Amino acid sequence: MSVLVPTSLDGALQALADHPDATVLAGGTDLMVEFNGGHRRPSDVVVVNRVPELCTWRHDPATSTLRIGAAVTYAEIESEPIATWVPALAQAARTVGSPQIRHAATIGGNVGTCSPAGDGLPVLAALDALVELTSAAGVRTVPFAEFMVGPKRTTRAAGELITAVTVPVLDGWQGYTKVGVRNAMVIATASVAFAVSNADRRVALALGSVGPTILRCPEAEAFAAEHADFAAGRLAADAVAACSELVRDTARPIDDHRSSADYRRHAVGVLAGRLLRRAFPHE
Amino acid sequence: MSDPGNLAYTLHVNGAPHDVRDAWVGESLLFVLRERLGLMGSKGACEQGECGSCSVLVDGNLVCSCLVLAAGAVGQDIVTIEGISPGAPSDVQQAFVDAGAVQCGFCTPGLVMAAHSLLDRSPDPSELEIREELSGNICRCTGYGRIIDAVQRVAVARRSAS
Repeated sequence: MSVLVPTSLDGALQALADHPDATVLAGGTDLMVEFNGGHRRPSDVVVVNRVPELCTWRHDPATSTLRIGAAVTYAEIESEPIATWVPALAQAARTVGSPQIRHAATIGGNVGTCSPAGDGLPVLAALDALVELTSAAGVRTVPFAEFMVGPKRTTRAAGELITAVTVPVLDGWQGYTKVGVRNAMVIATASVAFAVSNADRRVALALGSVGPTILRCPEAEAFAAEHADFAAGRLAADAVAACSELVRDTARPIDDHRSSADYRRHAVGVLAGRLLRRAFPHE
Repeated sequence: MSDPGNLAYTLHVNGAPHDVRDAWVGESLLFVLRERLGLMGSKGACEQGECGSCSVLVDGNLVCSCLVLAAGAVGQDIVTIEGISPGAPSDVQQAFVDAGAVQCGFCTPGLVMAAHSLLDRSPDPSELEIREELSGNICRCTGYGRIIDAVQRVAVARRSAS
């Protein structure tokens, strides 16, 4: 049994190569709950949030992308300058737990846990984020939609470390909203991320907590893009209602201890309608 | 947490090194602070980061010590409620007394840590900001009004002193 605290990316990859079954721990806000509750008994732990290469972000204006290191915390993501570049991700970050949680919790950890209720994930899905996985053998990038394959199930292989996510910096309105039993410290019972690309005249809608993975809404996206006036910020009320209906039809919610499938289906329709109205404020 | 353990490491808590021996891999910082180092100021309640009563500073960041892997905090600067103002109450602690922001007292250490963290980053917080920043600290006695009052008193006092 060991706890390894590498302070370089090479050190982290070596630790994972030496201990392929090790538990990778970043901020600890998911895993420590399982340790404390006795639901998981770690043998070897590799702590990755002291690796400088994972704690930095890089904005590339030439490609209009933002590469966020896996151990960047939600406290940093909810703040400037990231909040200006990826407002929906900042909004999602601000709904994660409490200030204490956000000071520790990382975007890589959110992606690694890959719960359908993970607040950052609908935004990453809506933005077609790329997940960067690094191992001793090299680096590969996977679209988020191909990375998450089920509740807490991903295509990360043993020995691979999530090293970054890369998102586009778009030119349009974007937002994230969720419902839970209170405003703070709550796990989403339903959530929606929405992003507009004015340049491409496209919109993206992604749903959390209403399916085994994050769900995109291609029919609603196509309908909204067809009926919206991007330059004027205009979308007719009946088009918003029709989009909400398509979103409800896309959801695949279940009944569980947090909510009912019926409520979740209703909620994502309401949330999507709100976001559409904020993005296109004129009828 | 009765697991046998073989880890040995040193934590830097409140400005001094503390040796930890025979520790289990998965022990939280909260467990080590209370059960191994005898620092009982940080309280344990939910053990899942929801109540905030175990709040400490790690490298200056307010975190829940129940969600920090103790052995992973090697080399980091840890400040607990015992280290926030040794010997005399801090201005935040005194303001909690003056405002009557303490009832049973269980949440108080965590709230004092959160208030220090907030006021060090934001000297003149709005009430909304105070409520959001303290949203991770649950008090089941006072209803928060006097706690917010205490934070505002410190903000006013620090401004008039500077």
